[in-house]
Order: sequence, then structure tokens, then C-alpha cells
Amino acid sequence: MSTPLNKLPIQAVINGEPKMFLAAPGQVLADVLRDELELIGTKIGCNTGDCGACSVLVNDRLVCSCLVLAAEVEGQSVQTIEGIADGAVLHPVQQKLLEHGGLQCGVCTPGVVVAAKALLDSNPNPTEEQARYWLAGNLCRCTGYDKIIHAVLDAAEAIREGAAS
Amino acid sequence: MAVQEFVAPKSLPEAQGIFANDSSASWLAGGTDLLVGIRLGMRDPSRIIDLKQIPELMALDVSGDSILIGAAASAYDILHNSEIGSLCPGLADALDLIGSTQIQGRCSAGGNLCNASPAADSIPALIANGAVCRILGSSGERLLPVEDFIVGPGQNALKSDELLVQLVLPKPMPATSDAYLRLTPRTEMDIAVAGTGVSITLDTAGICTAARVAIGAVAPTPLLVEAAGQTLVGSKLEDDAIDSAVTAVRAAASPISDKRGSAQYRTHVVGVLVKRAIQRAQARINAGEAA
Repeated sequence: MSTPLNKLPIQAVINGEPKMFLAAPGQVLADVLRDELELIGTKIGCNTGDCGACSVLVNDRLVCSCLVLAAEVEGQSVQTIEGIADGAVLHPVQQKLLEHGGLQCGVCTPGVVVAAKALLDSNPNPTEEQARYWLAGNLCRCTGYDKIIHAVLDAAEAIREGAAS
Repeated sequence: MAVQEFVAPKSLPEAQGIFANDSSASWLAGGTDLLVGIRLGMRDPSRIIDLKQIPELMALDVSGDSILIGAAASAYDILHNSEIGSLCPGLADALDLIGSTQIQGRCSAGGNLCNASPAADSIPALIANGAVCRILGSSGERLLPVEDFIVGPGQNALKSDELLVQLVLPKPMPATSDAYLRLTPRTEMDIAVAGTGVSITLDTAGICTAARVAIGAVAPTPLLVEAAGQTLVGSKLEDDAIDSAVTAVRAAASPISDKRGSAQYRTHVVGVLVKRAIQRAQARINAGEAA
């Protein structure tokens, strides 16, 4: 989808830091994140918006970065899996996925973490059904989803308790 | 051939000027169909015109007599507009069934319409609500009802110099509500085997004074079934009236058989869905959820 001849200079805030990069007019954000910005935590699974492995937040909105052109994020903020943890301190979603064994091969995990964080930012106390529907666009072929859902609900509880204390 | 140019005009005249000069350009709203089409080799635009910097294309406005939905506004934005959700809960249900959370963050009602899939979820709901397309072309503006906008599978009525700007829905009358129901083999992330959008208006005695019934995924295009609506008007939505509407809908359906279901199955199911959607809209009115 990309050609090297007519790249556009794009300025965007990536994980809180202003960045400038070049993108071909048809190049998708997922490819730019991985190939230009070396943020390879974002995985590319299907490349057609079905699997959710490339989930990122653009202006706090959960999207598949394979279905966003890099040129579209001019002037916007992008948060990837690399921007979720606070330094060495894992986000509660990441910590609970570890504790529950909510990952095996790990390819879907960055997308799951980003999507679950977006859920808990907008709804700190989701029901199991709400969590399952919200994460329906994040396909996992290893875990069978139960451990992921339990981890997300546990993380929600941990965040609520942290906010209350 | 790859995309050679990306432009993001900031106004309608600017967008029109670009498009009129280049028939190999594609409009970009949410990109959930266009970018997949490019990836799969089904679309090959040399130039992409992003519509999301144009205020009219993104605005949601319920302040006047009509509900105005910018053609490029995302499903997420529409679903988080509580006024639209309370005026047209069935339209909201339809948008909430499209794709995943990630897809809803990008996909637009205008794009779902322009993509013109026979199985598009939002289109029967828009037709039921009497939505009209506001179309801008080089020779001016025209209005076209949604049921006339889709002319075939994947084909819409836009001419090469035209752009879908807005969807205009009349504000529902008092004691009016709508519903959208579809059948899919899975509970989410799937394409309708059959779908229906229904809008019902009742008077104080519970008699139906207006009804629009639209069906999806059971014909080359989503259809307004006027005969089904007519059988409901004047009734109290008793079983006989609903059964007549179901018969009218099944007569109007001309589905294909494919891996999602046989023609016979789809014809049966769309009738079942219409019955349930009528009852759901009626229940919404009776529960005081109506406009």
C-alpha cells in the first residue's frame, strides 16, 4: 500500500511525546508505528480490522490502526501499548492478565490491553457482558477468553479500590 | 498502482473542487470499507480525500425540526449522542450492532449507506425513520430518500461529482418509536442473515397512525415495504394486523441462498423479525421511551 516517492511529513503526539515522521499517502498507521517509529508492540494480525491485534487509541478513541491512514493522525494524539505502563509499573490490566494467565502466545495481548484500558477509562465498573461485547473485536486463539475477561474485571476492581483509597 | 495523494479539505467547496477534477479519487470517512477494499485489491484510488475535517460532515444536530447526522460522523459519536439515542433507539441499536468497538470508533452511517451492502445494519433503521440523503454536486444540492439511494448491491445513486453530506431524519412525532432487529449466526461481529427496521406511531387509544417497515439482507437492496406499514395503520397492532405485515414483508423479500442461509430460511426469518420489531417499538412507546 505504500510508495516511497511522495511521503507526507506528519506531526502527531505519540504516547505523550510530539513526533514527526514520514508516511506514504496510503500507508496505514499500524505500518508507520512499527516500521517508522519502531513501536513494534502493536501487532498486525488480519490487516482488515477483524482481529483487533493492532488496537490503539487515537484521541482516546479505540480503533484498529490497520484501518487508519497515518496521514489522518496529523495533529492528533496516539496511544499505543508502549504508552500504557507507567515506566516499570504495569497498568492494572497488564498486571491482572499476568496473574490470571490471560495470555499465551501474546500476539493478541497488546490489543487486548489497549482495548481493555479504553473500556475501563470509559466504564470503571463493567458487567461481564459489557466487557465481553467491548472486547469482541479482539480475537484470541489461545486462551478461550475466560481468563482475559476475569483479568479485566479484576483490574477494574483493583482500579476502583485504588481510586477509593 | 498505489495511493498517490492524501488530502483533507476543510470545507465542502474545497472538497468538491478536488473531487470534480479526479474521477480516480475516493472519499474517506471511517475507512472501514475503503481501506479493507484497497487491501484486498477491490479498490484502487490514486487519491484519497479525507472528509473528517469538514464540519458539516461531522456534525450531529438535533436542535431543529430534523435530526441532522453528518455523513462522516462515527457510529461511536452517534451512539454517544444521548438525544439521538432517545429519539431513535432502533437506529442506535443498528449502529451498535456494526462490527466491533474498534470499528464503531471509525465507521459512519454515511459510509454504511454509500457502501450499499444489502445486509448493512443501519440502512433499514434509517429507512424506517424516514431518513433523507442531502447530496451535494457540482450543479447544486439534491435530496433523496434513503430507500432510493441504494440502486443495487454495492451501488448507490451518487454521480461522480456528488458527495453525501448529511442524513436528515424528521424528528419523530409524539408516541413514536423504532426498533432494529437482525439475525446472525454469532452474537456479534457478523453480517445479517436478515434484518428489519420498524418505526411505529400510536395515538392515545393505542391505534397505529403511521408505520414504516424496512427489511435488509433479503433482497439486492434494503427495501421499504410500504404494504407492510399500511396493514398496521388503523390497527391496535393486534396479531391479525401484524400477521398481515409479516405476509407483506415475506412477499417483498427476494433473498439469495448462500452460506449464511437459504432463501427459504431468510424469507421466514425476516417475517419473524418484523413481528418482534413491531412489538418492540410498541413496547418502547408504552414504556414511555418514545419521543
